[in-house]
Amino acid sequence: MEERNEKNVREVIYELLEEICGDDVVRHEPDINLLEEDLIDSLDYTELLIGIEERIGLLMAPSELTREEMDTPNKIIAQVMKRL
Amino acid sequence: MTLFGELYFFVCAGVLLIPALILGCLQKPLKYYGLVLSVAFILLALKDEPAELFYMMCYLAYQLVLINIFLRLRSEKGARKGIFRVFILLSLAPLVIYKIAGLFALRILRFMVISSLTFKALQVIFEIEDGLIRECDCFDLIYFLIFFPTVLSGPIDRSRRFASDLDNARPREEYLELVGAGLFKICQGLVYKFVLAQAVFQAITYLGMEGGLLSNVVYLYSYGLYLFFDFAGYSLMAIGTGYILGVVTPENFREPFLSVDIRDFWDRWHITLSHWFRDFVFSRFMMASIRGRWFKSKLTGASLGFMINMLLMGLWHGLTASYVLYGLYHGLLLALTEIYQKKSKFYKKHKKDRWYLVASWLVTFNLVMFGFFIFSGRLLEII
Repeated sequence: MEERNEKNVREVIYELLEEICGDDVVRHEPDINLLEEDLIDSLDYTELLIGIEERIGLLMAPSELTREEMDTPNKIIAQVMKRL
Repeated sequence: MTLFGELYFFVCAGVLLIPALILGCLQKPLKYYGLVLSVAFILLALKDEPAELFYMMCYLAYQLVLINIFLRLRSEKGARKGIFRVFILLSLAPLVIYKIAGLFALRILRFMVISSLTFKALQVIFEIEDGLIRECDCFDLIYFLIFFPTVLSGPIDRSRRFASDLDNARPREEYLELVGAGLFKICQGLVYKFVLAQAVFQAITYLGMEGGLLSNVVYLYSYGLYLFFDFAGYSLMAIGTGYILGVVTPENFREPFLSVDIRDFWDRWHITLSHWFRDFVFSRFMMASIRGRWFKSKLTGASLGFMINMLLMGLWHGLTASYVLYGLYHGLLLALTEIYQKKSKFYKKHKKDRWYLVASWLVTFNLVMFGFFIFSGRLLEII
């Protein structure tokens, strides 16, 4: 596994979100609200958690955080960083 | 006494909440008084039903023991799937026994709040397994389970969120603002439940009970409204009362009839229940299926996930054909919505157009009302 510094994590999350949301806006506007913009639904959220588990090696449970605590790329990155 | 259902309750609550108000203004912890109050209201509600009270006390003791044993096993042996499954089944067992016994008209384990308690107890077991709960404060846990504003039928709070409110002695001004917001919600809830729900109920009684096309159409469009005003009204009063006790109980409804698709509807209708199922059934099923590569396509997995999720939600309402059909109906709608929204270029191109939203709202509104028609049992009656 790559070194888990913030730059790497940021890149991994951007890649993941681009795949899941099918839109590279997540990279260009990291404060975009994924829920309001209809970019992520319940199914996508489970894929995001699995992606974080597989690519960063961090287990996160679906009920651990509310969706509002994980609704922008920047918030997701910050929550992941907090747990490494 | 019926909680939130009769004048007697409101008079008692009005008087008994005054000490809470004083404690809150003095910036003292509210949880000790809150627990006493919860016990008092449960005793008042069940004073003519000693069997129910007895079952409820046994049930609480049983869940407390389960949770404490599971917590110890989890910390000693780490996460073990087998142990976890056994404890989920044990925690669920009283509800299942009660529901099945009910089919044979047996009143085993029958007490009014077994469903909502089961959700809360299961949530604790799930989160112990996930490593989110590492210790058990028995006082907080009991208070969480029997918190009287929500004990009857929700909103279904989460234990970690609930506990975070208990030790948070708010500054006086913040507390008073919360009380103000709470009182407003209680008033709103009273109007919903005792004025609007009753008015719609009258309309159903006079115009919707005779059978025939017109009467069925009236029933179809008013039953959902009745459910909404009745249940959202109750939820508002529960949330408002929670505020006075310093607990910011989560919202349960958010203008559900403005939903633009079925997925949106389940983020607006009985939110705490639907999000409970999302977090502890659907998401867990999806994550296990992706990890284990059970399905070739994620959409196939998701469709099955939605069906299982909603079927369980239907069964939770009761073991009748109408509730099963209601669950399957919503499972199917959610699966079709997911496939359509993920696959359709037309959807992606137009999803933000005003005309599309209006059309989508209209379709959703009718689908939702038809769902309540199934839920009410009327559909199976007339076919």
